[in-house]
Formats: sequence, structure tokens, C-alpha cells
Amino acid sequence: MSAQKDRWVPSLFLLFCACSIPTSGSAGLQQEQSPQHYFSGLEAGKASLAFFTPRVSPGAQPFLEQIESSAEALQDYGISVVKVNCPKEDASRYCGRENALRKAFLFRGNRLIREFPTDALFDVNSIIANVLFALLFNEVKYVETLADLENTENMLKGKSNMVFAYVPATGTAEHRAVMEAAFVYGTIHQFVLTTEAAVLKATSHDDPDVSSAQLLFCHCQRATDPAQPCRRTALGQPLTLLNIHRHLKLMAAPLVTEVAEDPEKVSTVHLQLGLPLVFILSQRETYEADRRTAEFVAWQLLGKAGVALLSRDLVDLNVLHRSNVALKTPDEGTPIQYLVLEDTDEVITLVEDKNKVKPIQEDEQEEEEENDEDEKENNNQDIQDDQVVEAVSRDKKRELPLEQILVLTEENFHSSLSEAARTVVLFYASWEAVSLAVLRSYSEVAAHLKGTLGVLLSRVNCWDWPGLCSQENVTQFPAIRIYKEGQRPVTYDGMWGTEELSSFILLSRAPCPLKLATMDEAEGYLRGEFPSELSSHPHTSLLGVFSTATSEAREAFEEAANILSGHIRMGMYLEDDALTLSRKYSVSPPALLLARDRGRSVEGIALSKHISQDMVQMIRYELLDIFPEITVSNLPWYLQLRKPFLILFSAGDISQMESKEMLKLAKGRAQQAFVACWLNLEKTPVGHGILRTYFSTVPSLPVLLWVNLHAGGQVFEFPSEQSVTEVNILSWLEKLQAGLEIPSSTLSEEDWKPPLPAYDFLQMMEPSVPELSLHASPQPGDTPAQHPPQSPGGDPAGGDPASLEEPSQESTALEGGSPGRGLRGTAPRLAARDKQGRRHSEL
Amino acid sequence: VGLALYAGSLCAVSGATFLYHDYCVIGAGPAGLQAAYFLQQAGRDYVVFERSHAPGSFFALYPRHRKLISINKQYTGKSNSEFNLRHDWNSLLSHDRRLLFRHYSSDFFPNADTMVRYLEDFASLLKLRVQYNTAIIHVTLEKNEQAWNGHYFLLTDQDRKTYKCSSLLVAAGTWVPNVVNFPGSEYVEGYETVSINPEDFAGQTVLILGRGNSAFETAENILGVTNFIHMVSRSRVRLSWATHYVGDLRAINNGLLDTYQLKSLDGLLEGDLEDLAIVKDKKGKLHITLRFYLENRNISAGIDSVTLPQDELDNFATRAPYDRVIRCLGWKFDFSIYNRSLRIMPGKGNIKKYPQIKPSYESRGTRGLFILGTASHSVDFRKSAGGFIHGFRYTARAVHRLLENRHHGVPWPSTVYPITQLTNSIIKRVNEASGLYQMFSVLADIILLRENATAFEYLEEYPAGVLAELETQTGRKAHSGLFVIIMEYGRNFSGADKDVFYYNRAVGEAQHAWQSNFLHPVIYYYKRLPTEREMRLRPPDWPLPRPDAIHHIVEDFLTDWTAPNAHILPLRRFLENCLSTDLRNFFAESCFLFAFTRQKLPPFCQQGYLRMQGLVGSQELRHHAVQAGLLQDYTHTDISGDRPPDSHDGSQDQLVGDRAIPVRPLQHLVNAKDE
Repeated sequence: MSAQKDRWVPSLFLLFCACSIPTSGSAGLQQEQSPQHYFSGLEAGKASLAFFTPRVSPGAQPFLEQIESSAEALQDYGISVVKVNCPKEDASRYCGRENALRKAFLFRGNRLIREFPTDALFDVNSIIANVLFALLFNEVKYVETLADLENTENMLKGKSNMVFAYVPATGTAEHRAVMEAAFVYGTIHQFVLTTEAAVLKATSHDDPDVSSAQLLFCHCQRATDPAQPCRRTALGQPLTLLNIHRHLKLMAAPLVTEVAEDPEKVSTVHLQLGLPLVFILSQRETYEADRRTAEFVAWQLLGKAGVALLSRDLVDLNVLHRSNVALKTPDEGTPIQYLVLEDTDEVITLVEDKNKVKPIQEDEQEEEEENDEDEKENNNQDIQDDQVVEAVSRDKKRELPLEQILVLTEENFHSSLSEAARTVVLFYASWEAVSLAVLRSYSEVAAHLKGTLGVLLSRVNCWDWPGLCSQENVTQFPAIRIYKEGQRPVTYDGMWGTEELSSFILLSRAPCPLKLATMDEAEGYLRGEFPSELSSHPHTSLLGVFSTATSEAREAFEEAANILSGHIRMGMYLEDDALTLSRKYSVSPPALLLARDRGRSVEGIALSKHISQDMVQMIRYELLDIFPEITVSNLPWYLQLRKPFLILFSAGDISQMESKEMLKLAKGRAQQAFVACWLNLEKTPVGHGILRTYFSTVPSLPVLLWVNLHAGGQVFEFPSEQSVTEVNILSWLEKLQAGLEIPSSTLSEEDWKPPLPAYDFLQMMEPSVPELSLHASPQPGDTPAQHPPQSPGGDPAGGDPASLEEPSQESTALEGGSPGRGLRGTAPRLAARDKQGRRHSEL
Repeated sequence: VGLALYAGSLCAVSGATFLYHDYCVIGAGPAGLQAAYFLQQAGRDYVVFERSHAPGSFFALYPRHRKLISINKQYTGKSNSEFNLRHDWNSLLSHDRRLLFRHYSSDFFPNADTMVRYLEDFASLLKLRVQYNTAIIHVTLEKNEQAWNGHYFLLTDQDRKTYKCSSLLVAAGTWVPNVVNFPGSEYVEGYETVSINPEDFAGQTVLILGRGNSAFETAENILGVTNFIHMVSRSRVRLSWATHYVGDLRAINNGLLDTYQLKSLDGLLEGDLEDLAIVKDKKGKLHITLRFYLENRNISAGIDSVTLPQDELDNFATRAPYDRVIRCLGWKFDFSIYNRSLRIMPGKGNIKKYPQIKPSYESRGTRGLFILGTASHSVDFRKSAGGFIHGFRYTARAVHRLLENRHHGVPWPSTVYPITQLTNSIIKRVNEASGLYQMFSVLADIILLRENATAFEYLEEYPAGVLAELETQTGRKAHSGLFVIIMEYGRNFSGADKDVFYYNRAVGEAQHAWQSNFLHPVIYYYKRLPTEREMRLRPPDWPLPRPDAIHHIVEDFLTDWTAPNAHILPLRRFLENCLSTDLRNFFAESCFLFAFTRQKLPPFCQQGYLRMQGLVGSQELRHHAVQAGLLQDYTHTDISGDRPPDSHDGSQDQLVGDRAIPVRPLQHLVNAKDE
């Protein structure tokens, strides 16, 4: 498609030249004074296209223009185009006769090869196609019937290959492309041309589209069986010179390349032409079979990919022994993919999928490029690419249900805080997208907590009351604080989500730690008997048990509870019989008791750290699950461990067997070097996005993966044929550790660069502010490296500063011409403004 | 009021007794009181000397016709106190909300007596240490290596009492009337004493010398009762709405322009006052002639012997005799009280009425001597607002911060933010900061980047002219590049002869923001601090040298730069490209995906999601993001696995936003300046 365009551009350009300067003629055109002059100057063997004109040229001008404009292209093929002037008195064969003046004559030496009526030479394509067709009479065979074709084919068998082209009509661009290709390759391959749809139909099994040109490469050189037609490989792309050239090049390449070097270094014509290269990994023992496989695959992929046979015995490959196929793509920097495939079909699917995706992208790119050309100024820089900002602006017209949320101001802030036991305050800025996103969740919290006693939800717009916000030491928004009379406000530090925030507010209502007075209360607490404020929290409860003597640990615990307030349900038991309580769980005070599943399991942990920060860390760590289901909201906790993930992706809940095995595995080694977890794609659908990034095709679920998140980023897939059992996994992990497995994917190491360039105002200013460049910084080498993504000529705004100035002058001049123009015609002017205006006219 | 109360220390040097203070402030006008407020807040040892018995003695007399021309806007439709200071030209800065001028007057142009009352309240409510009835008549230096600046300042008052200070802040204003000496100038009345009763001018013909606000104010007062008024000055009248300079002729005073151009006998003339001469005839009428005619002639010989211009040119413009000639030529700084050793020199050219100072407001001649208030206007004369209350209240604060750093090791106040707050912190300031707005092109906010650009430090309202000295002046380090946020008018927009109402004067599209004419924020990016040499060699009329990159936020009709697409997005792109990072916001779900598919996370995810502060977002929002093509919806994904990944694959590509909806072409019309 693009090649075709490329082809068109110069010819159109030539046409344009010829039209604009008809008298001087185009570059390649020769002029001769008279037929005598012309014929005496003809060299033997050299072709020339001549046309004869009387001095006063009659109405055949358009035809002459076309010929003149093809002169240069024809010259590339050694054909000169000559305009012969007929003297008035001349009455020779070419000048004398009236109808000869409407024809062009093709000579080789001084032998006339053909004469063309003007209607055969309607444009540059037809001229070149027809002239070459006439000259390449031997190289390009024209066939009219299937029998002719078969005859030719049979004659060529075992000798040379054949290029068979069908064009719906002669004189077309496709015809020209075929002829031009024949000019180059005509001596190597036999070209056969037809315009008969019947011939094409007869050569094809399925119903071909006879309205478009087709080209088949017939491998007759290898053909031995006279009864069988030669193998054919169709050119799947439009017939352009470039595509044909590319196709013939591919056909000429060896079917299977044998390589004995590092595949990374191998380069074949396929890769150079932008096609993938498939390696069949072979061993000495299976060489013959592998070679047959390679040839089979190569035939299937002919024209789509190259096939190489790589002998593993000769090359030391650091890949899995089981791997039998490798795929190298032409994209620079993409690592070679090593695969274990069972079927040659898989190889073909693999390549075809790759190719299928690519043309789509190419099309998209082309479309984009076209769009870019249409509106050069719109380099997408002014298109919002921030998901949060865009989502908030799309939602701005919806009225938020904020009735439940009290608006606080500088005037009523302090008085309002004393009205409720607890006041939750959202500090935000009404212009800021993240703030507004949180405000939306906050309004849902308000609806959720409606009727909850003792909690007042409120908000402060820091854009209205900057003094209040800085007084409350809020320097960043959004921020949520819970104010309680007489206490330091608690700053919310959790996820900005409705559920998380609601749960935090609810849990914050109870004191943290909750002081338990009697042994009964403490045991009830461990069983899950809580005051109503705490009962809604589903998670693990924690009880600190201290003897009256351990004040240091107790103080640290209380401070830790303060920090964890709202996130974790914490109690404290500080009585003389604390020892008795803790003994039940085989620890002695100071100790922590963790009650999971409403007291069904209570775990005792001795407290050795007496610094609150360490204690917070420890508590958080203890509360992490052994085999958690990873969700969007809990991932950060597990990421903090900075360990690789062993993660099971499941379409829904995992089976009991998998759960049991994984749990065994996770528990097996207390100090695991990895996080064992699972992901429910139904609950966390974004997991599909992860799998798609890892695998070109989504693997069958469940799939167990080892993801080296923090070191190297390799992703390994647990063999799907094995069942998920502790033993299998452990042996797989061992192999993996030993480097015997190949990663299925590697996480991108790419940095987060600016998504798009900025407007380069400095460059735009330079022409109009000459003193800027005069006073440029003393080191001229130190130019601003501000816009890395700038592609050459791809910066429409900054690229041509002169063009910036112009329209504004234009528009001012325009305005100056009609002063006092009112509002009439505003709409058309607004429409026109997009084209010419960078400045506003009156509105 | 006992002096001992103020005395920081009492010391005896060579027999004389000095009252010592770390800081001495001369003048209890708006600038002196403003400086005193900051010194008091910082707990410094200071005293303010005021020659009068009350603060603001200039305002007790001037303007003679008592109408202040500084606006006192009651309503802006906003409650943002910082923003509202953009439209309050009279209040001083303080934490006390009672001390806002709108509580003192409801007039848009308040009476000068109100200003005097306000300044009295400011001094007394804030308990500022002002020593009244103390006129400093002499200032000299005493060398001392121990002193902060290598010398002490010795101040002598009218009672020969001497005071010693380490640092001297001169906020004495410009109060010495400018006079012109020409033959007959003795017949000229001065603005400072002329009658303000219009009845005294009934049926008179008046000539006014000068074309500033005091001249027009005087004319305005008597316009209705005189025969006619002529006004003469060297240069053409400069209208403040054309120059954007509040010191030029304000529209409220320009009644005479109206009557002149509407053929009502009054008129405006240009001519050099130095060439003038006035002769009085027997009837007491004053005739204008030229000094040229009087040379070698005895003026007392009587009018008959003097040549008048009309004798040679019988249509000479000011041939009609005048009843009165009034001089309204403004004031200059009192240079007389400073000993020569202080080297306080007048500026050159049109700033000769001001002492020479550096852009840091420190005297060029003496270290430790700072000029505050109106007298410091040489820094931005005819450009910004440094000569007026609404400007110098901020420069006084800037000087105070410089001093805190220099003498007390208190670095310039700053706030450290994570890099994700970069765009927000700039947007917040350009929308509400009053110092940036009033002191446009002079005071600038500075963003100092921390290493690896993960955090930055924000400094407010630093004098742009001393950017090169930033590290020593503020005590902050600029090792990883900096942004300077400043506000500017379009470079060729304002000026005395410019048509500021031409068609298409307003720019609406962000990509042409650099052509903005009205006041708009400009952000300069430097990879390293500019040197003093670069500051010196900067282009004329540029507040700063050539940056490594520059960004203009397009001018806005409402001066509200919070539009997500026209203002914030281009700013973000600029910042991203300077820092070479991605400053977009992401929902928690996107961060989750990145955490599993990329080895690195964008700053927003790093500083939010990874620290358990992910932005979950409501259902509606995520739905909108999906519709915009900026978020992938995986809930309806076909999970059978046999379908090859379609073109929607790869959410990273999605997030680049190639399928987002283009900005509606009309959206920027909201910015149009024209009605």
C-alpha cells in the first residue's frame, strides 16, 4: 500500500511538471529537427519511442504531454523518447500521413517494433507498461488459455521458475509493475502474463477475485513430476514493483537455511525484509527428521517467514533442553523466543498470529499519519491522556450527592468539630482531579455511613480556604483527617476507596487499643465478642497482653495501636493475671495474641521489640496471610516484602486441592523466599491484562506463575501438563532456581518517560524575540534537551516558526479590513478559525 | 512610652551613650510598619523611628484632595483570602483578619484619612515598636569587625540622641517635593500647599506643571470652576490602562483629558519646563515666556521690556495670561541625612528620585542597608508595583526573609513535596498567590528539584533579580535544576503609544500561549542556577536569562488557570519533558497492572499505590476512563483462551491515550477576552 503510494508520487510529480511547463518539455525528452536527423542518429540495439509533430501542433496535445512526461521514466530503461519535428514540406512515411501523427512509434535501432495508437497511451502507466511489454516480447509470454500456461510450465520444469501474473487489463499500474519487474528479473524467471480471468480461475482452487491483479511464483525448477503443476506461492499483497521485488527476493532465498551460530547473530533476507525467522532446533540424532520438518514448515511459511535449521550440537544454547523451536522477530531489541511446540501447525499459527497483529498496527499507524497530515497542529499534545483527569472531567456534569457532607469554612471549622464525637474532614481542592475522584468515593462513604452515630462527615475546599488548610498543616490534597475532641487528629493513610475508607471510619470509633478489664472480657474478645463499633470489621483481632510491670513494651504497644488505629482491631489486657491468659497460648507477657477466624485459631507471639515503629512493622507482617488472594487493594502489602511471587491465576475460586497444596507449600517453609498467592480473575479482572502481557495467547486456567518482580523481572510458567501439587511445584522451583527453565516473558524495564512532547515555546519565540538568541547562554553546546521524543519534522508547532507568524498577521489584516464587525457571521468565522486563526476574534 | 522598653542593650562608646538595636527602621509608613510586623513576628530586636506623632504622616497630608487611587475591592466572589489580596491594594500583610482594609472603608477609592486610621490600628493592634516624634537627621557608619556587616549604623535624631543598629531598613518614602528652578518660579504654587477649595479658583485661568496623578487630581478638583486649565509637561501623558503601570495616569483622574478632547477650553501641552520663564504683569497676571528671551536681561525691569513668544509668533499656544501656576511634579527621596560614607547615590535618568539599590533591595553603597517601600521603586520603576503598598508589602517580606537567612541562619521558608505534587503546587500558586500577581516580573516562586527528581522544594516570592545568588541568599541548595514561576504581560503589549484594545489581542489556544498579552504565568526551567554573568547579560526587558526550556500558561479572561485541558495538561507536559518522567495520575487498578507487568512504576503509583494510598476511584469514574480509552475494562473478557489477542491488547498502549477523544475545538472560547 505504502509502496504503491511511493511509486505514484514521482509519476504524479512528473505529470505535474509536464503540465506546468508544456513548451520546454520534460527532462528526458529529446527533440529532433526532422525525420532524417532522427533516423540517421539511431544506434543499433537501442530502443526509442518517437512521435512526429508538424511545426504547428494540432489538437493531439494531451497525448503528447503524457508521452513527454513518461520520458524520464522510460529513460531508466534505456528507452529514449524523441519528438521529431516534421518540416512543412515533408511527406515521408511518418510525417506525411495524417494518422501517423496520432501515433507513437517504438524502434529498436532503426527497426520499427510497434506503433501505438494514442488511445493505448492514455497515461504514464500505460505508456511504460505498453512500451516495456513490446520490448520484452520474449521475456514476458502472453497466454490466453490454460493450455498455453500449462505448456509453458511444463517446458520450464526442472529448468527455471515461472512468474505468472494476471492483470484485469493492460496499461494499468499493476501491469506496469509486472513489466518493470520483468525488465529486471526477466532473464532469471520466465514471466507469463494474462488478462484472461478464466486462466486465473483455472489455476486456483478457490474462487479468486478476478477484479484485482494477482501474481504467483511457480517453483518449476524443483518440479520433477510432469503430471503435477509446479508449486505456487501467491503474492498476498497488492501488485507494486516493491512488493513484487520483495516477493521474488524471498522466493530466491534458500528454503531452509542451515545455521551453526548464535541465533542472535543470524540474519537472513527474511529478517532484512521485516519477516520473522523460525529456528527449528535440531540434534544430531534427529537431524533428518528435523530437516524434513523444517522443509515442511518452510513451504507452509514461504513468503511469510524464513526457516532456519539450527544444530544444537554445534551451538551452545543456554536454553531449555526441551525447546525445539525459536522465533526471531525483525524488531530490534526483541529477544528471541524459545518455545516447546508439539505440532508444525503451532509453528505456523505462531507466525501467522504475529503477522496478523502487525498489519493491523501498520494500518492504524498509517491512518494516524494521515490524520496527522490532515491536522498538522494536533499532535495529540492537547488530548488528555491522564485517566483520572479525563474521567473526572467526563463526570463533572453529574451532581454529586453531597447533602450528607457538611461544608466547613474558616468561620465554622472549629465550632463544627465540637458538634460530633468524631468529625471526618476531607481537605481537597475543587480544581484538582485526584481530589475530586476522592470526593466521589467520599460521597459514597457518606451514603454508606448514613445514620451512623457519632460520626460527622465534612469537607474543606482548600481553594476557598487556603488559610484554614495551611493552619491545619495540610500541604497536599486530598487529605482525610479524623478529629476527636481533645486529641490529635488522625490522618487517614489507606487506599482512597469507598470500602477501605468506610471501614477505617467505623473502626476508628472505638478506642485503639481497646482496654479490657477482666479475664472474661479478654477471652470474649478473642472469641469475637466485640462492642458494636468493632463488630463490623471482619479481619483478624489482636490482643496485647502485658503484666503490670512491663511498662516499656506497653507504651510502645499503645503508640503502635495509635498508628494502626482504624486499620486493625486491637485490644489490650493489663492485669495481674495476664500471665495466666498468655500461658494458655504458650507465651508469657509481654505478648501478642492473634485471633483469626473469630477465635477459631489463636496464635501467641512473644513481644521482643519495644519500639513502636518496629512493633507496627511486626504487627503488619504478622497479619499478612500465608496464602492470600491477591487483590488490587492488598497487593502493596505483599510487594513490600520484596520477594518473588508464586501466583496462581484462577478463573474463579481455586479448587480445594490446589488450595490445600499451595497452603502446604506456603506453610512448609516458614521463612519462605517467595510470596505464595493466588488471583481470582473474576474478582480481579485486571489479571487478564497481566496474563495478556505475559503470553501472546491466554493460557488455559488455572495457571501457576513464578514472577520475579524485584529482580530481573522474569516470568516462568509452571508446566500445564503437571498437576499443581507441592511436590511438582517444589521440583519445578528447583529446576527454575538451577536455571533449567526458560522464562515465558520478562517484565519491561522501560522507564516512565513523558508520554508526549511539550510545546517548545523557546523555539517558537526565537524568531520574534531576536535578543533571545543573541543572549543565548555562553555555551552554545548546552542547548535545551527538553523534548526527547521529537521526531524529525514531527513537531508541527515548533517546526516552522514562520508559519506561526503568518496566520496571525493574516487574521489581523483581515480584521483591520472590516473594523467594527459585529457578531454577525460568528459561526462561520468560528469554523474558519480552526484553519487560519490562532487568535480569537471577537465573541 | 519609655525608651528603655525598646532598648535591646545600652552601651557606651567613647563617652557617648547609644541605644542599640539589631534592626532600625526609618519611617512608620506602610513599608516601615510592614517590615516591623515581620521583625516582630520573628522575635527580632528592632525599633521604628517616625518623625511624626502617628504613623503614615505622608498620608496625613497627601493626596491633597484625599482620595486614594488604590482600589479597595469589597467583593470578588471568592472566599480565598490570598486570592482576594490580589484585589486589595491597601491592606498590609498580617495574620490578623481584622486588619483588612475592607473592614475600614467600603469606598472603592477610599479616603486618605482612612489609611491614616488603618496604619494607626496596624501599629497598635499588632503592638509594633514605633518611636514617634523621632526625626532621624543624620546617619553614619562605625566600622567594627564584629558587626554583622562590618559596621554599625549610627543614627542621630533631632534631639542629638544617637542610636546604633546592625542593620538599617530605610522606609522613609519619597517626600521631598520636586521643584524646578526657572526665572519666575517664585510665582509658582506647590501641590503641597495649594488651596484645595475649588471656590478659590472660581473664574481663574490656571496652568499646571506636571502630568502625573497629582497634577490631574488637582485639575479634577477645580475643573468645574476655572475659565480653563492648561497643563504642561516634558513628555506625553501616559495612561495606566495602556501601560499596565499603576503610577501612570489613572482613569479616575483623567477628567481633563475628557474636557480637552471634547473642546471645552482645557488643554494639554508638551514642553521642557527648564526652558520656561514666567513674568508677572502689573495686574498680577502670569505670562509664559521662554528662558531664552530673558538671558542677559533683568527680569525686574518689568514686563514691557521682556519679549513674549507671541510677539514673534502671534498664535503662540500659551499666550493667554494665567491667574495661577501650580507645580505638581512629585517627590524624591531625602538623600540629605546620609553621611557620604554610606554612598547613597541617586539613580540615573528617570529613577534619579530613588536611591541606587540592588535587586535584593540592599543599597549599592552600603552592606546591611536596605531600602523598603516607595523609595525602593527603582527596581521596577514603570514596570511593576514595587513603589506602591500592594507591591512593597511583598518585597518587605522578601527582604525580611533574606535577613533572617543572613543574620539568623533561618533559611528561606520552603515546603518539600513529592514530585507527584509538582503540577498541583504550581497551579495552586498561580491561581491564588497575590505576591506573584502584584509584583509580576519581580517576585518569583522557585522550585528546587531534589536529586532524581523524586521530590522538590517550593520557595515563595523570591526576588527574581538575585536568582544567581539564590543559594547564599536563601540557604537552600539548587543542585538538580530549578523552575522559576513568574507572571508576565505580553512583551510588546503594553506601552504608552500602544493600542491595547486591538482585535484578536487575546490568545485562547494553549499552543500559542507564548503570545499571550494579558498577565499570565510563565515557568522558566534551568538545569542549573544561572550565573551572575548570565543574569547581567539577559535580554533587555527579560526578568530572567534564557532558560533551558520555558512554558507559558495561556492568558485567561478570568485569571483562573485551572482548566484541565487548556492550562493543566500543557503544563504537565512541559514539566514531564523537563524532568523526563511521566507525571500522570493512575487509578489503583492501573498501578496494580504495572506492578505485575513492569519493573518500574510511574511516580504516581510509586508515591501513592505502593504506599497503600492508591486511588481506587468510583465505579462511574472508572467507567468514564474506560470510555475514554484510557483504562481497559477486563470484566467482559473472553477467557476461553483460544482467541488471539486483539488490537485492544496491551494496556500500556492504551494509556498513551491514542484513542482519546480530541479536545472539542470550541472549548477554549471561554478564554476569549472580548465581549
